[in-house]
Amino acid sequence: MTAIPQPGAKKLGLVIDLDTCVGCHACAVNCKEWNTSGQSGPLTDFHPYEAKQDGVWLNRIHTYEAGTGTESRTVHFPRSCLHCEEPACVTVCPTGASYKRAEDGIVLVNAEICIGCKLCSWACPYGAREFDEDQGVMRKCTLCVDRIYNENIVEAERVPACVRACPAQARHFGDLGDPDSAVSQLVAERGGIDLMPEMGYKPVNKYLPPRRRPVPAAPARPLEPVPTGGANALLRWIDRALSR
Amino acid sequence: MNPAFSVVFLTTAAGAGYGMLAWLGVLDAVGVLPRSGWFGGSAVATALVLAAAGLLASTLHLGHPERAWRALSQWRTSWLSREGVVSLVTFVPAGGFGLAWALAGGAAPVTVVLGLLAAVCGLATVASQAMIYASLKPIRQWHHQAVLPNFLLLALYSGAICVAALVVWVEPTAERTAGGVALLAGALALAGKLGYWRAIDTAPAAATIESATGLGFLGKVRSLELPHTEENYLLREMGFVIGRRHAHRLRQIAIWLGFAGPMVLLVVGVVADALGGGGEVLLPLAALGALVGIYLERWLFFAEATHTVTLYYGRAA
Repeated sequence: MTAIPQPGAKKLGLVIDLDTCVGCHACAVNCKEWNTSGQSGPLTDFHPYEAKQDGVWLNRIHTYEAGTGTESRTVHFPRSCLHCEEPACVTVCPTGASYKRAEDGIVLVNAEICIGCKLCSWACPYGAREFDEDQGVMRKCTLCVDRIYNENIVEAERVPACVRACPAQARHFGDLGDPDSAVSQLVAERGGIDLMPEMGYKPVNKYLPPRRRPVPAAPARPLEPVPTGGANALLRWIDRALSR
Repeated sequence: MNPAFSVVFLTTAAGAGYGMLAWLGVLDAVGVLPRSGWFGGSAVATALVLAAAGLLASTLHLGHPERAWRALSQWRTSWLSREGVVSLVTFVPAGGFGLAWALAGGAAPVTVVLGLLAAVCGLATVASQAMIYASLKPIRQWHHQAVLPNFLLLALYSGAICVAALVVWVEPTAERTAGGVALLAGALALAGKLGYWRAIDTAPAAATIESATGLGFLGKVRSLELPHTEENYLLREMGFVIGRRHAHRLRQIAIWLGFAGPMVLLVVGVVADALGGGGEVLLPLAALGALVGIYLERWLFFAEATHTVTLYYGRAA
């Protein structure tokens, strides 16, 4: 049913730290690897080993430059489904294939009844849904619903594949509906934000903005000129080394 | 947005079909159309063929056309589902309307009741079709208050000009009424479309790359590297740019081909008929021009629309 269920207490989602993400794409690769053989599989690739590769990715990593001058940054930016609280991708679905789970807030597609009309991908401001041209159905991040509750794998593995893969620990998984959870604490502490809040979709996933660089209290004073003639070789070397 | 043939054809053909149905119902109730069962039956049939052709074409758009019936289930939340339901429901009173006209004649009580019912259902279909687009927030050119009146006016215009093109073969007096109605609807539809174009040209962006990335606090944001070296579904479907590049010229062609040309042909045709004849050729020609022009207008409606996902790829939305 495409009506949004009454919001439950539990809101599973991701917290992505833009300060520590190194842009290695490991999350996207592990996502593809897990999901192509999991609940969402296959994630078709056309021409995988030649020009014009084309396929479904549930997570894509952009890189941006922000700001100018000394305050400018290069920021790596993973983009995937935000499991919104007001997901228009769900309400526009004419078949009920797209749904939001009441028990944990995960937004899923039932590929068995999806007619492949693509309207949900139009309704998502974030480009989180990708059409599988081969299977004729819509694909999206499942928050690895087939890992996080999977009792057949060891407990440490029961997190989304992207979180498990991240070597920089820039991705955190947890219950954002619980203010005392580790992820909620992290969001509160670091001032986590919503993407495109003006769209009104109320994303559950949060992004932690890059930390501000500490501003020096006062600009460093220029070094006093040192007469080079009088000092011995050791002192001249120390002076050169410290002046660099 | 990618102007897929199936969807552009659907909204143009179904718009004309349901628009025709609306005018046939209303004008017959007022009693200004020919009463002949032969005319009524074939006119209603033409309208339903147009509508059905559009609906069938739309299933080509689907990844799984064989599951299309499932789209009728979520009418509580989905405008696409509502459109599906209402478009099919319309065939009940519309089929009855055509039969009643053919058997009991035009303006008979049963014909009038079924005709008005079909008219309401037809316009409701067009309205739900418009709302599919108007409800999508990420696309500012669609999430616009002018979209619903635009769809309705364009359906009424194309419907009226098609009715006029059929009536001309049967009854000259009715031809003048239908032609006048088409002229009025055309003027309103053109005004609506020009207003829409001006509005979307001056409206601010729906969002910015700064709000999309949350990095605005650092200053201006630029895309440095894309996730992949090749195009993907998102860019093909949501990042269509050819239409915007030629928007100005295509709009001019749509105005002349779809509105100015057909409206001149309408007037010339009606005058020519009053003087002796020629409307039988000129009015269908006007209707054909209007349909082609509105097809182009609908193509532009897609091609000019921008989606917020393209912000992530460093493009405007």
